[in-house]
Amino acid sequence: MKKGLFSLLISTFIILYFLFLPIVKSSPILREASFTTLMYIGLAISLNILMGFTGYVSFGHVVFFGIGGYTTFTLLYYYNFPLILALLIAGILSALIAGLLGFVVLNLRGAYFAIATIGINEAVKALVNNLDFLGGAEGLFFNMKIYKAYGGPQNALWLSFYLIGLVTLIALIVSYFIKHSKFGLGLFSIREDEDAASTLGVNTKLFKTLTFMLSAFFPAIIGGIFFFKNGSIDPQSAFSLTKSVEMIFMVMLGGLGTILGPVLGAVTYDKIKEALLVSETFKNLHLTISGIILLLIVLFVPEGIVGFLRKKIKPLKNILD
Amino acid sequence: MSIYIDTLINGILIGLIYSLAAMGLALIWGVLKVINLSHGAFITLGMFFAYLVFKYFHIPPYISVFLALIVGFILGFISYFIALHRIVSKAKSFKEYELSSLLSTFSLSLIITGILLFIFATTPMAINLPLSLFQTKLLASIFSIIFTVALGLFLYKTYLGKAIRAVSQNIDAAKLMGINTTLVLAISFALGIALAMGAGNLIAMVFPFSSLSGASYELKSFIICVIGGLGNPIGTIIGGILLGLLENFFGLFFNQGFVPFIEFTILILLLLFKPKGLFGGSK
Repeated sequence: MKKGLFSLLISTFIILYFLFLPIVKSSPILREASFTTLMYIGLAISLNILMGFTGYVSFGHVVFFGIGGYTTFTLLYYYNFPLILALLIAGILSALIAGLLGFVVLNLRGAYFAIATIGINEAVKALVNNLDFLGGAEGLFFNMKIYKAYGGPQNALWLSFYLIGLVTLIALIVSYFIKHSKFGLGLFSIREDEDAASTLGVNTKLFKTLTFMLSAFFPAIIGGIFFFKNGSIDPQSAFSLTKSVEMIFMVMLGGLGTILGPVLGAVTYDKIKEALLVSETFKNLHLTISGIILLLIVLFVPEGIVGFLRKKIKPLKNILD
Repeated sequence: MSIYIDTLINGILIGLIYSLAAMGLALIWGVLKVINLSHGAFITLGMFFAYLVFKYFHIPPYISVFLALIVGFILGFISYFIALHRIVSKAKSFKEYELSSLLSTFSLSLIITGILLFIFATTPMAINLPLSLFQTKLLASIFSIIFTVALGLFLYKTYLGKAIRAVSQNIDAAKLMGINTTLVLAISFALGIALAMGAGNLIAMVFPFSSLSGASYELKSFIICVIGGLGNPIGTIIGGILLGLLENFFGLFFNQGFVPFIEFTILILLLLFKPKGLFGGSK
């Protein structure tokens, strides 16, 4: 079996599991939990396309989540766009913004790029905070009437759930095809040695910018779905740096640059967070514990769960990716 | 006319306070080539240190700042060996640990912020001194200048300071000259953290704060470091004053809310066109 295919199958299975479990049990509680898990998986996969394949760590990736959320929200709020169309517009707009920004910012390398992405997120947050059109710092709230077109709030919640599952699956498949294409090979060469890649004829600038656009497309749609379901949006929750860091955390935990990694990382992170939040003792210390875990990963298993499994269990070495 | 003079004075004072906050970040960034994402958390820690010392021992922040420096130095020294030593010592050049050090210092920040949130939640705090706002600002600014001068003298006149500068310029050559680079790196990091905690300690007497206050000072410190360049305390002071003036004068003419937008736009533009600082830095 081809190396990546096995990982793609497991990843698909995990996503389908979280998608179908609430449907089979028709349980709204499970649906909410699964929604979060699937959202995390989708976000981790999108960030991994940039961070894992090219080595550019975006600390402010949540900016695209927020841009997508605000685009979808305003299109529905002011112009009553159909949801799917609004989501697509959000994704494309976010990718275009990423293209413009990336064209400039991707000239920076390493830590400077990371700082610039934090700057972009904070700049956009400050801008949105002051635009009355977008509700300013208070944000916008849906009128319940909006959900009528989707068969009432209850059905709208289920619709958002199906959509997030679908987007996450598409993101997974796209990331698989990127990794196993000539384009992906170019990206990995950028990660290993950008100057050498450029010398050997890889159009690094174009490759990086395209990747940045792709990795901005999915978070925007996910943000759109999330805030549609949420019914309200405000700058604090749309552009929270914490979410950015969570994304990095999940990718690192699972295994940078792998297909299965972000999926495993997201599920593990979600479960850890859930367990910590439920436990009486650790409820208020979950930030500290996340910090300790992240530190341990960075220091001792920088290759993440997938890398660790590959190293320790010989038969997995050739099939896990 | 007097409003302009007021704005000017206020801008300079605030700017000096900002540069106080940025000094530790600039030192660590310059010497270790590590962008210390736990900087803001240590500033917050300094704020709460000032608060607790004032509450239980009635020592005002302008005196307890010396204690904060000592505590910060010790914490920084320990933190270096916990979070950074393993990554830094294994790497052949700083490019290799550039990203992992971002993550490891960020996890330090999560740990500290988590503990502060656990104990103090996000309740806003303030230290009530029998001084006016202007007096506290002035006091903090004076400390900012003292710290700058002291740091400058230390870096340029003492053996250890020269060793730190040597390591920041060329770590391999420094090692060949018999400098214990691990110790120098650890001391530099500890000094940076000490400055962060000292800064937090002093800022706590000027502005109210909460467990999450450090983040905004950290972001401002990035901007200051990028304006002023790294490794030169004077650059940090100038960067801070420019930022303080910008904030105050912008607020005079336009909507104050847009200030962060302008600041971060400047940050990105500077990163792109003047990555070594507005004045080219010390190198």
